[in-house]
Amino acid sequence: MKKERFSVVGQSLPKIDAWAKVVGETKYADDLILPRMAHGKLLRSPHPHALIRRIDTTRARSLPGVYAVITGLDLPRVKFGILPVSQDEEALCVDKVRMVGDAVAAVAAIDEETAERATELIEVEYEPLRSLMSIEDSLAHPEVRIHEYGDGPNVHKAVSLQFGDVEAALARADLVREDVFYFEGNTHMPMEQHSAVAHWGADGKLTLWSSTQTPHYVHRLLARILDLPQAHIRVIAAPVGGGFGGKLDPFAHEIAACRLSQLTGRPVKITLTREEVFYVHRGRHPVLMWIRTGFAKDGAITGMHFRSWLDGGAYGSYGVASTFYTGALQTVTYKIPAYKFEGVRVFTNKPPCGPKRGHGTPQPRFAMECQIDKAAVDLGLDPAEMRRQNLAEPFTRTANHLTVTTIGLGECIDRVVEASGWRQKAGRLPAGKGIGIACSSYLTGAGTAIYWNDMPHSGVVLRADRSGLVAVLCGATDIGQGSDSILAYLVAEVLGIDPKDIRVHPADTDLTPVDLGSYSSRVTLMAGNAAIQAAERLREKLVAAVARKLEVEPGALVARDRRIFVDGDPDRGVDFAQAVVLAESLYGVLAFPGSYAPPRRAGKYKGGGVGPSPCYSYSACVVEVDVDEETGEVRPTEIWIAHDVGRALNPLLVEGQVEGSVYMGLGEVLMEEQVFRKGVHKIPSLLEYKSPTTLETPEIHTILVETDDPEGPFGAKEAGQGPLLPVIPAVANAVYDAARVRIDEIPITPDKVLKALDLRRQGRPARVGPERLPLFAFPAARVIESAFGEPAQNIAERPFSS
Amino acid sequence: MKTLLTLTVNGEERQVLAPVHKTLLEVLREDLELTGTKHGCELGECGTCTVLVDGDPALSCLILPVECQGRPIKTVEGMARGSQLHPLQQAFAELGAAQCGYCTPGILLTAEALLASRALPTRDEVRRALAGNLCRCTGYTKILDAVELAALRMKEVTA
Repeated sequence: MKKERFSVVGQSLPKIDAWAKVVGETKYADDLILPRMAHGKLLRSPHPHALIRRIDTTRARSLPGVYAVITGLDLPRVKFGILPVSQDEEALCVDKVRMVGDAVAAVAAIDEETAERATELIEVEYEPLRSLMSIEDSLAHPEVRIHEYGDGPNVHKAVSLQFGDVEAALARADLVREDVFYFEGNTHMPMEQHSAVAHWGADGKLTLWSSTQTPHYVHRLLARILDLPQAHIRVIAAPVGGGFGGKLDPFAHEIAACRLSQLTGRPVKITLTREEVFYVHRGRHPVLMWIRTGFAKDGAITGMHFRSWLDGGAYGSYGVASTFYTGALQTVTYKIPAYKFEGVRVFTNKPPCGPKRGHGTPQPRFAMECQIDKAAVDLGLDPAEMRRQNLAEPFTRTANHLTVTTIGLGECIDRVVEASGWRQKAGRLPAGKGIGIACSSYLTGAGTAIYWNDMPHSGVVLRADRSGLVAVLCGATDIGQGSDSILAYLVAEVLGIDPKDIRVHPADTDLTPVDLGSYSSRVTLMAGNAAIQAAERLREKLVAAVARKLEVEPGALVARDRRIFVDGDPDRGVDFAQAVVLAESLYGVLAFPGSYAPPRRAGKYKGGGVGPSPCYSYSACVVEVDVDEETGEVRPTEIWIAHDVGRALNPLLVEGQVEGSVYMGLGEVLMEEQVFRKGVHKIPSLLEYKSPTTLETPEIHTILVETDDPEGPFGAKEAGQGPLLPVIPAVANAVYDAARVRIDEIPITPDKVLKALDLRRQGRPARVGPERLPLFAFPAARVIESAFGEPAQNIAERPFSS
Repeated sequence: MKTLLTLTVNGEERQVLAPVHKTLLEVLREDLELTGTKHGCELGECGTCTVLVDGDPALSCLILPVECQGRPIKTVEGMARGSQLHPLQQAFAELGAAQCGYCTPGILLTAEALLASRALPTRDEVRRALAGNLCRCTGYTKILDAVELAALRMKEVTA
């Protein structure tokens, strides 16, 4: 087999599900209507922290149209959580609520309105406890305990890692900068509210359709939470109307729908209201950061010491991973020979934070890229050139034992510098106008699973039908990023057929091999590699059968244009469907598996499992802004972003991911805030939770850089998260260029800009940002040798290749 | 109290017996099973549930069906002519303007109303027309591109 050119890869094709979406045929979870279906509602706590003294459901039960009312006592008393180390949630709280919005009871009724009326008839007696609303509050009151587990009173997780001799490295520096930053929390705000439909069949088996990004983890956890054999549960991820990390946990409404369906013998649907979605949250952690970095005169980083304090909210969720992520990826963009990271995640009585696009890394990236900008000013260096001169080396290991493969960051910087006219503009624009630059990197898939195991992270089964159709079965979940389409393109490329000849069946735990989920930008690489492996296995059989028929060597054949034929002699061959018939006649049913697990490269230290990835994407971003000195308003006017995607399997889809990331970054840096008053969300509506509209989103110039990474399918790396990261510090740096003020706190709202401008006019340091740090004694650092500069190993190692 | 409603949806006369306080959004989705119309907030803030009433964009979550009797209502299901997609639908699919696709029906209909009143709008005019429709996936770029492409194609057909 030879492959001289790509026929599908690299083409800007429509997504395979685009047609159903533009005619309104796509069935999201809330669009499912089943016969006899009941509608469910949850009753949620109005208190941020309280003991539950009594729940009386009598009046609710007697309301006509109500089929069932349940409390936590109607569920097995099992605590759960997405991470094995943080099993601290209940679907319906029994003894205690820890946030406004904690569910305490659930109703199934003839319609939504009746269900809602019934929840109002449930009587709950609470005994309010002192609530803790900030990191400082929670640390200052160890006598109040939100949970009974963790690394200290109200401390969910505290970590301290040191790689190399950081103090010596800082002592060698020409400039040591110490800066403090704050990143306010914000939320995913998918346009689709979460929805779940559960159906407990008369055969005693359960089916759940849900808007989830992780059907596999929901499947695993439901078995434990409901105390059922996992084999009797089927989880189907409906097409997801926007995820961004907000649909990655198992949720109360999913669990309640299952139990209510069991009790009523009816399908039960529960769809959250927009307000509930704001409380369900699991979004961006508010993070306070302190960063101390040594720089040489030429801008080279000698060492870095980074501290983060995360406001975790009421539950663990992905928080342990989030904590490690605030310290993991600082090292993969520029050379950092010695590195120390201390992080702590604190429980508060607010909705739990978790993974949002970039999971734990946008906050430190903001801090680090703004500090580099300040250092460039101190050293009299051009911020773009300073970054360019100090890039990490490809195919090496970092101080904290991450293996980087290809790095296209140099080209990314060059391209945005060129396209934006950076050299003519930086420091030279008229007052009120500014330009800023920042860079970043992100994982292409988490290198370890959420639960420890040796199985594939992604699996595909391909079935070739006598009709010529190829069916792709894969547990991956399309959340709009186009993962179904990517699978079709890759299989089409390998088999030489058209994506239209392929039907993708995703995310059904009964039918599809496990894929761990749509998170950490893992699907294109992991499911993609699995799909390629399965397709190559199928192609081998097809080619062997055709070779036998044509009496040629298999190596003489190519698969292209829906045919398998002798290379250079297209008339000698058969069409694809005939090839399937020949192969099925010889070998029987044509169904082939593909499996993928990432190279095993986790650092051999506790916490070394967070950060490794098969490869990393890179981005550089230049933003131009107008700063209105009268109103304090910051308006981005134009954005250039270059993204090293390894290879653009479909440039149109990659651009879409980059543009969407840029947009979301702009929302975070300029307006979005998930903020509370006494535990009540201040602005739980789409009007008041400000997000950019068409009018606030400027023209985005996207430049794709290709590095053909050995780990990726046809060289591809991620695109869906990384490009968000540099936007935030690039805007902050542009604000400095425009107005000579430093806003070290996200979001950069007009009030902060006005305050900084005032300080500037008074001749005081024109900085707005956190003024103090919480008192917390980090644990003694685990000292590990720096792996900085060591050559990369286990490149393209594929555990299931044979 | 339920009322018998006669609605003209996508050119067809439909009769529905529904409580008077049920919104047009609910009647479309639950009684007529036209689930192409989505809900994002049910408070008139996000544009997701936009349909056309008398050819004008209207937030179906804020309208009572009784107000719509005798007025043509168009949902995303009514945009294609038979199996022939509307040029906006074609362009949205081709250019990747629908990622998760959840806001897409509302945006398509808002854009259709724009193009009915302004055949070749400028990019800024498209931005203004769509300013009430939130999208979290696309960064709006591909959406603006697709509306412009559809406008050009429609202009060519009528020219």
